[in-house]
Amino acid sequence: MSDVLDSYSLVAIYSAMAVYLIAFVLFAIDIAKRSANASTAAGQLAMSEGQLAASGSGGVATLERQATDAAAPRYRFERVGFALTVLATALHVGGVVLRGVAQGFVPWANMFEFSLTSSAIIAVVFLLLQFWQDLKFLGVYMTGFVLIALGVGTVNFYVPVKPLPDALDSYWLIIHVFVAALGTALFAVGAALSLLQLLQARRESGAGGRGLAFLRTLPNSVRLENSAYLVTVVGFVFWTFTLVAGAIWAERAWGRYWGWDTKEVWTFIIWTVYAGYIHARATRGWRGARSAWLALIGFASVLFNYTVVNLFFKGLHSYSGL
Amino acid sequence: MSRPSDHHETPPPPKGEGITQPSLGIVGYLRFFWRQLTSMRTALVLLLLLALAAIPGSLVPQRSSDPNGVTTYYQDHPDLAPVLDDLQLFDVFGSVWFSAIYLLLFVSLIGCVVPRTLHHLKALRTPPPKTPARLSRLEAYRSSSVEGADAASAMESARTLLRKAGYRVRMFERAGELSVSAERGYLRETGNLVFHTALIGVLVSVGIGGGFAYNGQKVVVEGGPFVNVLNDYDTFSPGRFFDEGALPPYRLIVDDFDATYETENVNAFGFASGFRADVTVHEEGREAYEAQVRVNDPLNIMGLDTYLTGNGYAPHLTVTDADGNIAFTGAVPFLPQDANLTSLGIVKVPDALPEQIGMRGFFYPTAAELESGALTSTFPDLLNPVLTLNVYTGDLGIDDGTPRSVYSLNIEEMTEIVGGDSGVDAIRLQPGESYDLPGGRGTVTFDSMAEVSPDGESVLRFASLDVHYDPSAGWVLLFVVLVIAGLITGLFVPRRRVWVKAVEESGGIRLEYAGLARGDDPGLDRAVGDLAERHAQSLRVRLD
Repeated sequence: MSDVLDSYSLVAIYSAMAVYLIAFVLFAIDIAKRSANASTAAGQLAMSEGQLAASGSGGVATLERQATDAAAPRYRFERVGFALTVLATALHVGGVVLRGVAQGFVPWANMFEFSLTSSAIIAVVFLLLQFWQDLKFLGVYMTGFVLIALGVGTVNFYVPVKPLPDALDSYWLIIHVFVAALGTALFAVGAALSLLQLLQARRESGAGGRGLAFLRTLPNSVRLENSAYLVTVVGFVFWTFTLVAGAIWAERAWGRYWGWDTKEVWTFIIWTVYAGYIHARATRGWRGARSAWLALIGFASVLFNYTVVNLFFKGLHSYSGL
Repeated sequence: MSRPSDHHETPPPPKGEGITQPSLGIVGYLRFFWRQLTSMRTALVLLLLLALAAIPGSLVPQRSSDPNGVTTYYQDHPDLAPVLDDLQLFDVFGSVWFSAIYLLLFVSLIGCVVPRTLHHLKALRTPPPKTPARLSRLEAYRSSSVEGADAASAMESARTLLRKAGYRVRMFERAGELSVSAERGYLRETGNLVFHTALIGVLVSVGIGGGFAYNGQKVVVEGGPFVNVLNDYDTFSPGRFFDEGALPPYRLIVDDFDATYETENVNAFGFASGFRADVTVHEEGREAYEAQVRVNDPLNIMGLDTYLTGNGYAPHLTVTDADGNIAFTGAVPFLPQDANLTSLGIVKVPDALPEQIGMRGFFYPTAAELESGALTSTFPDLLNPVLTLNVYTGDLGIDDGTPRSVYSLNIEEMTEIVGGDSGVDAIRLQPGESYDLPGGRGTVTFDSMAEVSPDGESVLRFASLDVHYDPSAGWVLLFVVLVIAGLITGLFVPRRRVWVKAVEESGGIRLEYAGLARGDDPGLDRAVGDLAERHAQSLRVRLD
């Protein structure tokens, strides 16, 4: 029975990957078309300048939900891409749930399952963030990211359904890992916004020539920075909670709440880098580009922690099941 | 807020002479360095340095978390290891350089938190500031004209509105103008300060509480006791302030050890779960009681937590010497080498005559023969238990009192008489079988414990117990809860100032609303808009 469910789960995941792929292509075409249009159509240029003006004088931008302006251009490919992303996410979440049902406990107990679940959470967070503000322009990045996570997960990390090891048999598994995935998802979005912020700032300063043309259709760098900050800060709260929940679990499981295990070391490093990011925003000379670089370093550490540390470093978190 | 450098009041920079520095003196320099240390920029650099300094702690094995890794590293890199050790790279988190960074960081933190706390306490008692003359210059601004309204009642209703919304309010009056100045979000700074102070609390708790902590390890075979005194631990690591008298008086007996093995799921065949040690605890001054220790579920006895960290088999052996005397009898824990519990063990028989006997061997709970003829275990449960032993005679090297691990055999002064290159095949026994040592040196018996063991198994199991005491944990938890609470309020409570002003016009008043963010406040503009709308509703007028 569980084998059947497991294979259904895989089918759902593979289908989700196919749909994500189409969405990815559409998002990419959308970006390409924006580049083409932005360099020819003056109307869109005026739109982005309008956005610049609307974002407030005095350098402190506001982040209220953007009113859907009737005059705002409609990006057809983006809309279709986004609709497909919703469909892919539904399939993806379905696959994750089936896997969980197949084994009878939360589907994040090894590398394969964590790849599956964390990428599903990333996709869901991306969808939910649209209610807060329009971040669909991140679609190509998000679907690309999820596709890679799923591809590597299914090809390299796949393990069939197995019983839960005693060491993981704790409700802290549910809390600790889930919140970690949530934090990772927000950091992923934050990193994307920070990256765009850097590109946008370069374009605005005129340093890199005219810059990438599609950037003109995006919010200005101050707005991007503010959005990145908010997303990342929420991620930081989740990460803090991950760290604390992990320590409490470690106390229950290993008899000490902190022992500088390799995974603990990297969780600490990530926490410190993001703490640095938050402080950088309040430090003269560090706001803007420098803090954006810290956010990127932070997310690179998150990825490093998940891949290299899990696979190649020796430590107590070696439940990768590989 | 500092004024722009081109402000007309700023004196022009002196020309030609360059910068003349005043002499600072010792106090001046101290103040200078203190200012530098407590500046945000320094704190930020220290924070990033801390992250950087932690990286080697994950690349090089640490004595604290992976002592065996350090030993292996010494064997693999005999030239490099001492150099790394000199740089304290095997003890990164206790090293001088790592400690220097975090201590400086915390000094900087204290130097920042204390003045900010004082300032905040003052701010909490300070009423909102005077209304600025030109509100339209502020970042969030609305205005509207209302005919036939009077300033006093309009301001009264604005005051009530703001009060209800949690603002602290103050009225101001100028010629032809009435205004309310309001401020909210003091909780933001409070949260900020709580967060940072609680971090100091965590560090202090770990530093002091950790000194009273201790932990010890003990391997207990089924039926065997553990007494909570220093001598009975196999290994013990005390904190700085540990006092032997502090060990609470109790003993326990491991009655039974249980594990469940997967036999249905072919993908996880032999997978073990449900580890459980049944124990009987005797606390001083209390009747004995039964309890269980499981993975993820420690047993608390008199304030000490007992954890189940490992298990394995302990074959029971009896060795008689040439004279027929029993030279050794007992259960010997064999250390598991793989998931199917192929286990390696050492038996030392110092009392054997005429020469001491040492044995090294493997235990296979479910033995199967490989094509090469070597044995391996194919399942972790006792389906076909086999014990193999190589026997050495000579000097065990323990008579002069040199401490030696019970898990290693020093064969420098010994001769192999069974197994290996001795020309005699290694001993291969099943429970209940005996073997006569060559040359009439005696016998080795692998005793079956089926009648003694609690579940009728022929080989006893052992449980590795870890006993921990750490009084810092509760304090750390308390501070960590404060850290999270402080973090959330410090980041998400908006701190803002809001003003509502009524300027008298011919035939009515002009209402002005303005807001000023103090710190990140993405919702400011919306908040000012909402305020204007609600105020208009309370005045029963429509804003245009």
